[in-house]
Amino acid sequence: MDKLLQINNGECIERSHIPRVSPELFYRQLNQFVRNGGFVVQFFAYPENKQMIQLAVLRSSNLYILETAVTREYPSLTRSAGAKFNLFEREMAEQYGLRPAGHPWLKMLRYHANTSDRPDVFNNTYSEDIPGNYPYFQIQGESIHEVAVGPVHAGIIEPGHFRFQCAGEEVLHLEIQLGYQHRGVERMLRTVPHKRLISLCENIAGDTTIGHGLCCCQAIEALTGLIVARGASTVRTIAFELERLANHIGDLGALSGDVAFNPPAAYFGRIRGEFLNLLLQLSGNRFGKGLLRPGGVGYVMAAEQRQTIANKLKELRPEIQHVCDLLFTAHTVLARFEDTGTVSREIAHDLGLVGVCGRASGLEYDVREFFPTERYQDLPGLSNQVSHGDVYSRAMARYEDIVHSLDLIELLLAEEEQGYPAAALNEHEYQLAPSSCVVTLNEGWRGELSHCVLTDEQGQIARYKVKDPSFHNWPGLAMALRNQGISDFPLCNKSFNLSYCGFDL
Amino acid sequence: MYKIIRNRLEQGYRTSSYPKKPIHLPAIYRGLPVIQEQSDLALAQRCAALCPQDAIRAEEKKIDLGRCTFCGRCAEVNDGAFVKFSQNFELGAAKREDLITSGTLPELARHSKTHFKQIFGRSLQLRQVSAGGCNACEADINVLGTPFFDLARFGIDFVASPRHADGIMVTGPISNNMRTALLETYAAVPEPKVVIASGCCAISGGPFHGSSEIVADLSILLPVDLYIPGCPPHPLTTLHALLSFFKKL
Ligand code: SF4
Ligand code: SF4
Repeated sequence: MDKLLQINNGECIERSHIPRVSPELFYRQLNQFVRNGGFVVQFFAYPENKQMIQLAVLRSSNLYILETAVTREYPSLTRSAGAKFNLFEREMAEQYGLRPAGHPWLKMLRYHANTSDRPDVFNNTYSEDIPGNYPYFQIQGESIHEVAVGPVHAGIIEPGHFRFQCAGEEVLHLEIQLGYQHRGVERMLRTVPHKRLISLCENIAGDTTIGHGLCCCQAIEALTGLIVARGASTVRTIAFELERLANHIGDLGALSGDVAFNPPAAYFGRIRGEFLNLLLQLSGNRFGKGLLRPGGVGYVMAAEQRQTIANKLKELRPEIQHVCDLLFTAHTVLARFEDTGTVSREIAHDLGLVGVCGRASGLEYDVREFFPTERYQDLPGLSNQVSHGDVYSRAMARYEDIVHSLDLIELLLAEEEQGYPAAALNEHEYQLAPSSCVVTLNEGWRGELSHCVLTDEQGQIARYKVKDPSFHNWPGLAMALRNQGISDFPLCNKSFNLSYCGFDL
Repeated sequence: MYKIIRNRLEQGYRTSSYPKKPIHLPAIYRGLPVIQEQSDLALAQRCAALCPQDAIRAEEKKIDLGRCTFCGRCAEVNDGAFVKFSQNFELGAAKREDLITSGTLPELARHSKTHFKQIFGRSLQLRQVSAGGCNACEADINVLGTPFFDLARFGIDFVASPRHADGIMVTGPISNNMRTALLETYAAVPEPKVVIASGCCAISGGPFHGSSEIVADLSILLPVDLYIPGCPPHPLTTLHALLSFFKKL
């Protein structure tokens, strides 16, 4: 009965080995797996010889894969097994016109026409502007009012639309409607020349350049058999941790700014820049763009850069500790952080939250530990101490992550290493293994990133699926706002700091 | 209080003295390209073939900085025999054609419309519109507010309402889904107003060029006054472009 095939992170498998089961068995297995506490890593559709296939990648402490053929309609797993399937099912409806029958909240995700000849599930013609037919959830009553924010927000941030249903100051419900950043990334990844793959992935979400870039490189490496030298893998790992540091530190600064405590906001703002400049030292770009390439990295890490990074870390570690001490001991800050925007462990689990937001609610999951890539096998894991699910816990989870990242980089820099070579430039199309499948996962600074690539008989990319951790976590922000004062929205929002472009693709 | 003072002392004064004093970026930073015009065509064609942005015009021996992401791959071919990148981060341009270059750009300060300097020279308020990019452009604009760059000391600020703004600074390849919101924001800015395209996305679609889900080029929709190349532009590139274009230095 148990048909799930266990796979490894970044392993190339033949597509014919993916168990293809009957729809009944497929939905039953997925339902059971999730009801038994499992999580969904990927759940997407792709066309194959005029039929549609649904493929699921699931995780417990292992990774599993399973697929089935689907016609136009299928029984919604969101209805039968819960919210972990919600966005995946809506995505499939939007991308391929597949209807999850009985889905309780079937609305568009990104607002674009589907790529099949099936009718649009949302009855949109796309002659109107976003969001088309989109029935916002509304609460009726004399004392209820609605607040609409965006797509253009007050600051220099990405566009998205928020609808609050409020009773006085209290938010009863927040609906988050995205799609404004949709650029058609997945479709492009399937059709562009290979030389564009990496730069497209680096720019899915610029603050996760290294994360998405790694997922892409590891997938191509699995499909081509390219081997990454240990030294290059070390550079990748260092860059990945620098990306984490820059973002987490930026977030702590922003959180501080949101409660009007300006000194840490200014100091963290500057310290974040120092980490971006270290990425620039490695790659020539403050976000690490151009560093990664299939087979390794684009630039040698010379002794000089290694020394610069080591010195900077030594200089910054105490500064970070002091500014964090300033932030986390200020009573006015604690009064705002504590018990604000709480997401219980139960809700976090039901939604399948990942990364710092999941860990802050007590979900102990870190790809670096569960399914390690690059140099993480050789490095110690991290266990978060504070997990009440509130803004304070999400801030502390970041602080713990920061200290851990500093430790990891220092451990790697202290190694005796033979050299940190650059990989040769590839000037041709890759020869990808035909009829193959690879799933890659990495722990981005926001949480679990995953790419899945399927090739056809000719070795062309038949489907390239991308998942940013924000895909799991946006609903967490909506839940965090339940019964909160609306004035706490900026703070809650910052404590999640999710990606709009990573979601919108 | 004691902790606030101790941290303040530890942090010290960090604001850059640019543009009064020059500032140097590390050798690995890729700024204005320097093209070897004597290099042979075959080499230029090889570079053009591997460029993910199709930014290299091999016959003309030029690079379109409006398309280039400064990924640096072309500079690896035969050790930079066709092109090398300098550390010159002063890349802003008033005309789109100027960005198609063999290694020189017209001096921006002299190509600004003089009335801009008169109207906005002392105070410039910009509304930033994020339209479909990767958010790194936005991040490196935000950085201009940190103590190191401290843009406000030049009288330049980013404001929340387009009604309070003198112009818009657009990032991203303008996704179809942001087109209307962008045009409405522009319409809400009172005249006279300026339009700045920041990053290769807003100039040419950037890494997303060719997608059916984007407009790709801001100048199709609006008259662009200032182009700031990069992916994203280094904060110093933006700082230089804004100061040269708007300030009477
Ligand atoms: S640096 Fe610019 S011109 Fe050179 S390969 Fe990259 S995108 Fe093309
Ligand atoms: S120009 Fe580059 S950095 Fe800027 S939004 Fe586009 S992809 Fe991102």
